Amino acid sequence: MLMSLAGIVFGVGFFIVTQAQTGGFEQFFIRTILGTNGALRIEDRLRPTLFAADAAAGVTLGLAPQGGIEDPERVAEAVRQFRNVTGAAVVLLGGAAITGATGSDPLARVFGINLDDQLAVSDLRGQVSRGDLTDFRRAPDGALLGGVLAGRLGLGVGDAFLLDSGGGPRRYRVSAIYETGVNDIDRVRVYLHLREARSLLRRPTGASFLQVGLLDPDRAPADAAQIQAVTGHAVTTWQQREKTWLEVFRALRVSSAITVSTIILVAGLGMFNTLAMLVLEKTREIAILRATGHTRRDIAEIFLWQGALVLVAGTALGCLFGAGATWAVSRLPIRIRGIFSADSFVVEWSPWHYVTAAATATVVVLAASWVPARRAARLEPGEVIRGNAQ
Amino acid sequence: MTSPTALADRSAVLRCENLHRHLGASEARAHVLRGVSFAARRGEVCAIVGPSGCGKSTLLYQLGLLDRPDGGEIWLDGAALGGADDEARTAARGRHLGFVFQFHYLLLEFSALENVMLPMRKLGRLTPAAMEARARELLAAVGLADKAARPAAHLSGGEQQRVAVARALANEPAVILADEPTGNLDAANSEAVFALLCRLAREHRQAVVMVTHNPELAARCDVTRPMRDGRFV
Ligand SMILES: Nc1ncnc2c1ncn2[C@@H]1O[C@H](COP(=O)(O)OP(=O)(O)OP(=O)(O)O)[C@@H](O)[C@H]1O
Ligand SMILES: [Mg+2]
Repeated sequence: MLMSLAGIVFGVGFFIVTQAQTGGFEQFFIRTILGTNGALRIEDRLRPTLFAADAAAGVTLGLAPQGGIEDPERVAEAVRQFRNVTGAAVVLLGGAAITGATGSDPLARVFGINLDDQLAVSDLRGQVSRGDLTDFRRAPDGALLGGVLAGRLGLGVGDAFLLDSGGGPRRYRVSAIYETGVNDIDRVRVYLHLREARSLLRRPTGASFLQVGLLDPDRAPADAAQIQAVTGHAVTTWQQREKTWLEVFRALRVSSAITVSTIILVAGLGMFNTLAMLVLEKTREIAILRATGHTRRDIAEIFLWQGALVLVAGTALGCLFGAGATWAVSRLPIRIRGIFSADSFVVEWSPWHYVTAAATATVVVLAASWVPARRAARLEPGEVIRGNAQ
Repeated sequence: MTSPTALADRSAVLRCENLHRHLGASEARAHVLRGVSFAARRGEVCAIVGPSGCGKSTLLYQLGLLDRPDGGEIWLDGAALGGADDEARTAARGRHLGFVFQFHYLLLEFSALENVMLPMRKLGRLTPAAMEARARELLAAVGLADKAARPAAHLSGGEQQRVAVARALANEPAVILADEPTGNLDAANSEAVFALLCRLAREHRQAVVMVTHNPELAARCDVTRPMRDGRFV
């Protein structure tokens, strides 16, 4: 029984720790994504469905040569009226070749923004690691560079670099360097003032998309549907945009849950074994109880209680162990550089991890004690007594 | 003696009719009880005697609702229980029957007192204090007042048997079934236990059915039923 108890404790504990870790990384990723790209993105105008067939038949109809949003300010104003919306920022997006002190990259992504609007829908302020946003605000030729990109091109705060989007190179200066932690962003993204981006990308009007912040990001799908209906523009949610990564995290979470559950399962098997042996050892006692008027239920309850005791003690200790281990893990210094970067294990504190672990243990332990308890209850006192007496 | 209640008392509280029981499987299968009919009356001590292996214990397990008959029926307090569901048989066992096994069956980890209280706790008719008082009384009656707190494992065979007798009496059952209750006892204790059973039958109008190999005790019972090869003769 002690072994089974230890198994339950460790199983429940490890379940909680692994969930806290995978959940922590997922939350961290989501927070970063929301803080960088916002909850919603409003893009191309939707064509009336009547023309959908035409659009599919020939792409050269020329109805929306550039896609994007023709009158972004008007749409942004409309979107800001939604209750869950914290802000809407106009973004002009285009590709450009970037040349710095020690290298160049033909595939930089230029984001033309209005700084204040952008700050309202992202965590850009918190992401600046070197330099100053006030410098960017004052300098028309200022730029914000991702940390990875700046490092690769040998650029520091104050350094000049060139951007070329096909209309000849133009000169900019690094006002600040930011780090979102998401490698795919920090490696390519250059923020310019919207006005500068318009002349660099030769797009005097319109916008590529609107970045929208939400009070409650979990409501994104519902809000997206509404905004799409009202504005007539396609709206994508963060869940849609990051579907691949979110799926990866979910798969990771589920697979670690399954893996760790096997510990609980093995503990359950051990417990089943112990209880089954106990029933065999105690047939005499069971027969005595049955002969003195104890019902099958009374007998089953004795063995179920044993299971329940192990379950309660194991789950309680396991939860404590899990919480302690989670805390210890969150203190572990570790440098992670991959799809995102962090300097320690990120953990998520969620009661659901504890509930799920307890539920798993409950199912396993109840199943493990149910069968022996049933077997004990079905013993016929006469058979036992005759078997022992002869 | 002529009052209606007294007459009713004379009727059989436990009765069986044409009981059959086979034991063992395939070749080892034996017809152990071959149509046994029997009645136990309140206030009467009945001795079942017979050679070893003739089916006395098997009959007692049937009467004690510990084993099911292959044929025939058993009535306890007017209710047919031979083929009744487990719940009814268990309840009847707890309420109306007290059993002393041939090989004393005690919970060895528990004290003598706790063993005697076992059926009372299940029945729940008395308060815990009353249960303990009654259990002590019963242990005193079988001469074990000073060993009430002793774990059953630390009692001698004869002492265990007397605890088992005390336990069988715990719920004041209508019927006491005893399988060689004096088998392991010395002359003095065997006399004490036998006298106790007889006194209970008289004073509390309980029915006592006792298997014994002791012809002297059998002779002192109200009724003696000799058995041979699974039948009464
Ligand atoms: N499981 C079994 N399989 C086959 N035969 C059995 C089984 N159990 C008991 N028997 C047989 O049933 C018969 C009756 O047994 P029972 O215990 O009732 O005898 P008994 O009259 O109580 O004997 P004793 O005086 O020795 O206690 C015996 O012949 C025994 O061999
Ligand atoms: Mg016998």
